[in-house]
Amino acid sequence: MDTAEVRQKVLDIIADVALDDDLSDLDDSVALREQLDLDSMDFLDIVMELKKRHKIEVPQEDYPQLASMQSCVDYLTPKFNQ
Amino acid sequence: MPNKQRIVITGIGLTAPNGNNLSEFRGALLEGKSGLQAKEIRHMGTKAAGLCDFDEFRYQKRKTRKRGTRAGSIGIYCAHQAILDAEIDWNTVDKDQIGIYVGITEHGNVETENEIHELYQNELNTDFWSHHHNPRTVANAPAGEISLNLGVTGPAYTIGAACAAGNMGLIHGVQMLRAGEVDLAIAGGISESPATFGIFAAFNSQGALGSHENPELSSRPLDKNRNGITISEGGCLYILERLEDAQKRNAKIYGEVAGYAVNSDASDFVLPNSERQTECIHKALKNAELSANDIDIVNMHATGTNQGDIQECKAINNVFKGTSAHINATKALIGHCMGAAGSLELAGNIPSFEDSMVHGTYNIDELDEECAMDNLVIGAPVKKEVKTILNNSFGMLGINSSLIIKKYI
Repeated sequence: MDTAEVRQKVLDIIADVALDDDLSDLDDSVALREQLDLDSMDFLDIVMELKKRHKIEVPQEDYPQLASMQSCVDYLTPKFNQ
Repeated sequence: MPNKQRIVITGIGLTAPNGNNLSEFRGALLEGKSGLQAKEIRHMGTKAAGLCDFDEFRYQKRKTRKRGTRAGSIGIYCAHQAILDAEIDWNTVDKDQIGIYVGITEHGNVETENEIHELYQNELNTDFWSHHHNPRTVANAPAGEISLNLGVTGPAYTIGAACAAGNMGLIHGVQMLRAGEVDLAIAGGISESPATFGIFAAFNSQGALGSHENPELSSRPLDKNRNGITISEGGCLYILERLEDAQKRNAKIYGEVAGYAVNSDASDFVLPNSERQTECIHKALKNAELSANDIDIVNMHATGTNQGDIQECKAINNVFKGTSAHINATKALIGHCMGAAGSLELAGNIPSFEDSMVHGTYNIDELDEECAMDNLVIGAPVKKEVKTILNNSFGMLGINSSLIIKKYI
């Protein structure tokens, strides 16, 4: 799976979590929390959906890797391809 | 009584199976319009239920609705409607001096059942159990969701009182205002019960789940052929204020809380006790400094169970036989709205102060002779000047409540 496909998978999850936000102008290099109305429970939602939909486990110490879309893609691409 | 101790109703927000505001609800009760319908219940098939169709997203974002509960969503809708109705200036009101007191019959059944259902889809792997489970199921959740939505920083909690809870929310609001704990109370009751199969299954096992081929006829309080409760959702929250505060802002006043009483049967888990109910009504009258002859409407709890209706009719006859009080019951049209029942059914009668009508009791084809009472209003409404309403709400584990509202003159 290439990085564009991984980005789309992550975007699909965020769209189902940040239900009231417009994701069309998301800046991949900026922290998601700075652009979207997300709190700690939302990040747990993202972690749970990665587990449910893609069987990807994100250990608690790696949560900072989900800060921005770019960091998500960098961190998750190898896991999607395992 | 000094004005500081006199508590008045200045706003009403509600959703019922047959109306999403007081005007719609009252109209439906006067016309005999049912809100009961068929609903597919998990593991059980089609059952009659009362469901509300208010717009969940009118006052709530999609994300908080998904994160929260149906009970919270009902509460948020009712609270906003009540605030608008009371014409509270939300930008200037001190939100630290507002109390939110929400009566609930139960909370957490719906959310727990959903998680267990998911657990079985996931081969009993608890790794997929939602982190939202705890905040959704804590007993204060519906009140907390309202406080989060409104930014109210005063006390916000629920009051568990089985099916007396709607009255209990109101009574508690009155007590907190009289104690000076808050300056404004958002108080009443809510229910999300039709979303849980367990409550249907339990009433079914108890032989107390109302049924009929036409769901609109499934709830038949006082009818000889009644066969149980129709489970409904709903909510009704009131704005309560001290009379002097309401007068200061020239608020519209729906009515004044004249008195109330709460007691316990201490006799059975589920079977009601007419002696304790009689005592509760007498205590409420004494608290209001009124006699039975002063009451114009008695709104019954009357759920449509065999024993429940008979016991309450005995209590009402013990107190009101030979008086001019008119008796009615509401659940034939809306089912049993559980934690919302007391507050909703009271709201359905409060417009009587203005329109001088007593709404009728429907779905009585053949009155049970053990439920015969003087001045029972069956079917079409009765014209009558109304100055006082006594509202009964009783619940499992033997909790009884009677609340008296009088016309503000």
